[in-house]
Amino acid sequence: MLTEYAFWFLTFVAIFSAMGMILSKNPVYSVLSLIVTFFAIAGHYFLLNAQFLAAVHIIVYAGAIMVLFLYVIMMLNLNKVDEEKRSIWSKAAAAASFGILLLVVSAAIGHGHAQSELQSVADTSAIGTTETLGLSLYKEFLIPFEISSVLFLAAMVGAVYLSKKEQYN
Amino acid sequence: MALLPNITIDHYLYFSTILFCLGIAGILYRRNAIIMFMCIELMLNAVNVALVAFSKMYGQTDAQVFVFFIMVVAAAEVAVGLAILMMLYRNMHTTETDVLDKLKF
Repeated sequence: MLTEYAFWFLTFVAIFSAMGMILSKNPVYSVLSLIVTFFAIAGHYFLLNAQFLAAVHIIVYAGAIMVLFLYVIMMLNLNKVDEEKRSIWSKAAAAASFGILLLVVSAAIGHGHAQSELQSVADTSAIGTTETLGLSLYKEFLIPFEISSVLFLAAMVGAVYLSKKEQYN
Repeated sequence: MALLPNITIDHYLYFSTILFCLGIAGILYRRNAIIMFMCIELMLNAVNVALVAFSKMYGQTDAQVFVFFIMVVAAAEVAVGLAILMMLYRNMHTTETDVLDKLKF
C-alpha cells in the first residue's frame, strides 16, 4: 500500500516538474525543475529494486550533467527572464504533437495488454543489485563497455577541442 | 503481472509515454538551445524508466545494462553538446535557435 502511494507521488512530482521545466521563463528554474524530475525518477528506480541504477542516476544526472548545465547557463549569463517571441504555430505544433503522440502510444499500450501477460517471475528482487549488474556488465557486455570508454575518450577530446578560444568567422 | 502491489507494467509505460511526449513538446515549444538539450535528456530518461520496468517484469538484468549505456551516451553527448553551445555563444552571442539558422557562418 505504501509503495502504491509512493508510485503515485513520484509520478506526479516527475510529471509536474517536467512541465515546470518546459514552461518556466528562467533557464535556472528549468534546470532545478529537471533535477527534481531526475530525483523522482531515481525514486522510481528504487521502487523497482534497481538500487545500483538509482544511485548511478543521482550521481551522473543530478551530480554531473545538471551541474554542467547550470555551470554553462551561469557562464553564458543566461539566468535572466527571456521573453521569447514564439509564434502561434510553434505553440500549436508543440501542443498537437504532444497530444497526438500521447494518444497513439497510449492506444498502443492499451491494445498490447493481452500480449504483455507473458510470464511472471517469482523472485525479481536480486536483479538490480550491484553484484548481478556488475557480473552482467563485465561478462556479457564487456565489449560494449570497452567501446563506451573509447566513446568517452572521443567526447573528451571533442569537448576540449571545441572549447579552445579561437574565432571561426 | 503486478510489479508492485496494484501497479502494473501499463502504469510505468503510461508514465514513460507522458514524460517522452513532454520532452517532444518542450523541444517544439522552447527556442533556447540549452532548454532543448534538457528536453532531450528528459526523453532519454523516459525510455530508461520503461526499460527498468521491463527489466523488473521479466526478471532480467540486460535492460538495466542498456540503461547504464544510455546514461554513458547521454553524458558524452552533454559534454560535446555544451561545448558546441559555448562555441556558438562565443561567436554569435546567443543560444536562441531562431537566430542560429545558418548551417555555415
